[in-house]
Amino acid sequence: MVRRNFMKTISAVAVTAAFGLNSFAALAAETIKVGVLHSLSGTMAISETALKETVLMAIDEINSKGGVLGRKLEPVVVDPASNWPLFAEKARQLLSKDKVAVVFGCWTSVSRKSVLPVFKELNGLLFYPVQYEGEELEYNVFYTGAAPNQQAIPAVEYLMSKDGGEAKRFVLLGTDYVYPRTTNKILRAFLKSKGVADADIMEEYTPFGHSDYQTIIAKIKKFSSEGKKTAVVSTINGDSNVPFYKELGNAGIKATDVPVVAFSVGEEELRGVDTKPLVGHLASWNYFMSLKNPENEKFTKAYRAWAVKQKLPNADKAVTNDPMEATYIGIHMWKQAVEKAKSTDVDKVIAAMAGQSFKAPSGFTIKMDEKNHHLHKPVFIGEIKADGQFNVVWKTPGPVRAQPWSPFIPGNEQRKDQPEGR
Amino acid sequence: MRPSPARTPFIVRLGSSFDARSWRLIGLFAAFALIAVPVMHLALPADHPLHLSTWFITLVGKILCYAIVAVAMDLIWGYGGILSLGHGLFFALGGYGFGMYLMRQIGRDGSYQSDLPDFMVFLDWKELPWFWIGSDSFLWAVLLVLVVPALIAFVFGYFAFRSRIKGVYFSIITQALTYAAMLLFFRNETGFGGNNGFTDFKRILGHPITAPETRVVLFALSALALIGTLLLARYLVRSKFGRVLTAIRDAESRVMFIGYNPLWYKLCAWTLSAVLCAIAGALYVPQVGIINPSEMSVANSIEIAIWVAVGGRGTLIGPVIGAFLVNLAKSWFTVSFPEYWLFFLGTLFIVATLYLPQGVVGLWARLRAGRRRGEGAAAGTTTAAAAKGAGA
Amino acid sequence: MYTLRSLLAICLLGISCAQAAIDPALLRPLADDDSDRRIAAIAALVEAAPEEAQPVLQAMAGDSLALAGERVVVLGAGGRVFDAASNRELTPPPAGIETIGINNRVRRELASALAALRLFSAEREVRWQAAQEVNQNVDARMLPLLDRALAVEKDPKIRDRLQLAHAQASLGSTDAAVRLAAVKTLGESSDPRVRQLLLPLTEKQGDSWREADSAVRAAAGTSIRSIEQRLAWADNLGRAFTGLSLGSILLLAALGLAITYGVMGVINMAHGELLMVGAYSAWAMQSVFRTHLSGALDWYLLAAIPVGFLSAALVGVLMERIVIRHLYGRPLETLLATWGISLFLMQVARTLFGAQNVEVANPSWMAGGVELLPNLLLPWNRIIIVAFSIAVLIAMWAILNLSRLGMFVRAVTQNRPMAGCVGVPTGRVDTLAFGLGAGIAGLGGVALSQIANVGPDMGQGYIVDSFMVVVLGGVGQLAGAVWAALGLGVFTKFLEGWTGAVVAKIVVLVLIIVFIQKRPQGLFALKGRFVES
Repeated sequence: MVRRNFMKTISAVAVTAAFGLNSFAALAAETIKVGVLHSLSGTMAISETALKETVLMAIDEINSKGGVLGRKLEPVVVDPASNWPLFAEKARQLLSKDKVAVVFGCWTSVSRKSVLPVFKELNGLLFYPVQYEGEELEYNVFYTGAAPNQQAIPAVEYLMSKDGGEAKRFVLLGTDYVYPRTTNKILRAFLKSKGVADADIMEEYTPFGHSDYQTIIAKIKKFSSEGKKTAVVSTINGDSNVPFYKELGNAGIKATDVPVVAFSVGEEELRGVDTKPLVGHLASWNYFMSLKNPENEKFTKAYRAWAVKQKLPNADKAVTNDPMEATYIGIHMWKQAVEKAKSTDVDKVIAAMAGQSFKAPSGFTIKMDEKNHHLHKPVFIGEIKADGQFNVVWKTPGPVRAQPWSPFIPGNEQRKDQPEGR
Repeated sequence: MRPSPARTPFIVRLGSSFDARSWRLIGLFAAFALIAVPVMHLALPADHPLHLSTWFITLVGKILCYAIVAVAMDLIWGYGGILSLGHGLFFALGGYGFGMYLMRQIGRDGSYQSDLPDFMVFLDWKELPWFWIGSDSFLWAVLLVLVVPALIAFVFGYFAFRSRIKGVYFSIITQALTYAAMLLFFRNETGFGGNNGFTDFKRILGHPITAPETRVVLFALSALALIGTLLLARYLVRSKFGRVLTAIRDAESRVMFIGYNPLWYKLCAWTLSAVLCAIAGALYVPQVGIINPSEMSVANSIEIAIWVAVGGRGTLIGPVIGAFLVNLAKSWFTVSFPEYWLFFLGTLFIVATLYLPQGVVGLWARLRAGRRRGEGAAAGTTTAAAAKGAGA
Repeated sequence: MYTLRSLLAICLLGISCAQAAIDPALLRPLADDDSDRRIAAIAALVEAAPEEAQPVLQAMAGDSLALAGERVVVLGAGGRVFDAASNRELTPPPAGIETIGINNRVRRELASALAALRLFSAEREVRWQAAQEVNQNVDARMLPLLDRALAVEKDPKIRDRLQLAHAQASLGSTDAAVRLAAVKTLGESSDPRVRQLLLPLTEKQGDSWREADSAVRAAAGTSIRSIEQRLAWADNLGRAFTGLSLGSILLLAALGLAITYGVMGVINMAHGELLMVGAYSAWAMQSVFRTHLSGALDWYLLAAIPVGFLSAALVGVLMERIVIRHLYGRPLETLLATWGISLFLMQVARTLFGAQNVEVANPSWMAGGVELLPNLLLPWNRIIIVAFSIAVLIAMWAILNLSRLGMFVRAVTQNRPMAGCVGVPTGRVDTLAFGLGAGIAGLGGVALSQIANVGPDMGQGYIVDSFMVVVLGGVGQLAGAVWAALGLGVFTKFLEGWTGAVVAKIVVLVLIIVFIQKRPQGLFALKGRFVES
């Protein structure tokens, strides 16, 4: 019995796998398929679900205006479940089974790193919408989030300015993984170049999902009481922000004494926190929901309407944030590039992407760099308000060109600011 | 009576552990994996209806590795009654061991064009840490894959079994073990690439890792490893060792009173199981192209137990079926019902444990038994054996 | 001087006179783009019209000062708009109102301006707060203000604070005697900032001492030492408290498990999701109170306690009835089935409430903290959670030891077949005990909602920790769980201060594994005569 079972199962499995799943791809040849590779379950679902909704909303918007090249876009949504090998598997499936023209996806660096070999092998096209540590430049990827010089360095410059409180001592606090480590490395070199001594920099890391920030807050308090004006630069990721900010509020660290500037905290994350004790703490992004301009009004209204239409939980409180804007820019630029190339062929689209520009919800006309696959983005610094929104206190005069290879990391000087072609 | 095991050569004993029909079946599977798959992947044009895509090869190759882990898990859980919630650790250690070799094989093709792996350049390390020495040699990597998990399993198992920690307690401390290891590997200073782990492998033994031929070879190796694992496990559970192990599962105190020391039997099975997991991990990494500490997460280890439970504990084919069933279901659900797949998966686990105490294999056996009873024939001995295997 | 006196008289008598209008020209620069000009404007405003300035500055600090065209207005409750200069309501409200956003620098200036103004408030509490705030940010320019405040202040505690601030401000005095007195006064402080102010006095700059007078130098040394002693003491006390607080959270997370696992031998992997149910009930109660009982919003948490208990207990009872009941005697299989339940519950939460975290605010009585010493602030939410965990513990002890159900539960724990033989309805006891355990997990969740995030995945973070507590303490033992939780909490916190959070966590886990090898039954082994099966 066991043996026959064995045979039947194996053959059944083989047949399903080989033919059953093949039939998925047979649907609707008229449409252009667009892959959506964001975790809808697992630890990253908290951040990534909103990006999936943004892609779907943008696709709906484009389709209602007649699609691209006269063809409708068809989203293919998969759930890589915050599991990195699954990301690679799903990416391969999207590219080779579903034959999608482009993929919008990934949040964490590790998920991007895990799908990269697949995109390179199959010559796919990925739009990555989240701020990241840089140190990467790939032909098959367009990075629509910020590089460190478009987020971290302006924030620290602001803290050192008169309006930012002339901070002289810095606590670099982060979750222990690559993005915080790299960012802090760059910041340390930057601070050094500004004459901040090593003794005036404290670096602290916590494990993933850390929820008890008492000790760290006590350390910060102690460090800040030891002299000159102190500021905290936080690269704490994901879920840990809520306990961190709750502890911060209750420990009586006010923004006027020790301001905290965060790179991973946006409107979406603040929804989970009572922001009244946090007024005045800062975040640095390329977009804030509170920006006042016609594009942003359109964008936020469209998203709210979409959330209500899709009956998303808490739709009445739906917010937009920086990675959502980056996703939105990405999909529109891709559309423009396809129209320019008159084809969805990856190589042609990549060539057509260079120099594309788009009037973004940030109020600026954002340009895709001719060479380095990153956007020129404006930088805003916002202070948290009691209603969970940000009050922009500083911004760059115009979009800033990205430096994926930070000049503050030794050895990066000789790197080419252009991905190697195929 | 079968001949006394001591006098028969090992290979014959190994051969006699399956009967002719099982051998035919295994042969069929081997032919599929070693001949049909390469031909269908390499020789047939991509638009041929029988062409197997790279996606299929990597997916099934991945599940073959999972199946090895499931059989290894079954060896100690189904036959030894020890539920480990830390097998993900050994799997990941195997993966990391081999991953070190793959990282070194990148050579100067990394994004920093350095002899050191990229993440070390990035952390400003000037030379390889001591535990990376020798990792550029394939043989050393194989040794690492086999020895490190074995050593850790041995030491941990020795103390745990000596203190007679068992049942739920053992499950919980293995869970703590893998959790601690995961936190350790997440640290950048530990020297294994932190959260990003190892990725962007270029070649293996000088062959490009994305070449279809390499993939087919890796696939075939995974299939061979699975067959080997099945043979070994089959041999073990039918030997005296296996029977003592099962006796320990069913009544440890009595086995002790008879005069056996359960420690060595358990320890042996436990260490072997860890090594099998590590081999699976080593085969897994080049196929999926990434190893990261989240492989050590508690959830992953629990999932291994679930494959075994769904397939059927105490049988050897059950875990293989379970691994395929659960993973294919996951692959399918995450695409077809991305929003709801956890409902299906959760329900599957609940239903499987509630109504299928012997897993899918047990269900099959029950159905067969029911039909035979209808025909007036007695239920097969296998059914009884499978049913007995449930009482762990 | 006359205006000052009259101001003080007015303030002290608590009479608010009809406000005179402020010159709008003074107000307009408050909305300037340049922070320097705004700060100058604040100073000018305080100078020109101290009593009228207060509400305007207050509004500015509270983000409710706005610009309507060229007119500065104050936004009131319910969409009402007042002219900032005359304090008259503007009807209809002008169009195109734009809030005047402020940054931290302006906020800081506002705070010290307001604190200085509030030093003369009629209410003691307000003056006390102001005196505290003044101490945060002292400079020599404040001396005349502090002198004036000291002249009228009667309350000794506030006077102490003011004198401290005064001493800080007069450290830069040219008169050595004044400096000596200041340094001596500052020795009474236990504020690390003061230590920082004194340190330079004992240091050399080049070849010469920064502080020329040797008597002042010596006094500074003594003062620093006495401050440091107090600081070190407070540091350790603070660390012990954080440990206690972490312990109480571990205890709350693990107590429910101590029943379900300890008593019934069920490895409930969905325990974390029961915590989640409790936390979401807190959120649900908060939403209900927000919409229907906004007056009593602060007390939503009290309502959340029974709701959290009951909803988690209900989920627990359902789990027991539908699934776990059929798996008794197969502990390892309950583990798998409950893992399935856990996945299921998580996805339910995700579908119902969204994948994002939801916001659960601390009620105002839980915000802030008690400042025992300037460097030792015990947050109220932590204190309350410690107290809450003690209360839950006592309640659980009472149920287990004083009630009939408790007796049955204990009987079933000790010997299930025998309990059944003497007529204990073991089936029903199981259901109730599981419900009780689940309910207590729900209470834990309500507490967690006050310090951690509330989201579908929140339970996952506590599963390993809670099992560690139960296993370390010894199965079936309340006392064991208590000691284990507290021990783990305090130990982790002391270790964390020394090695950092990541290593501390790893070390603790490894030590637990080693400890279990030594004492497989945990800290407190259940005594009795069992033959291991």
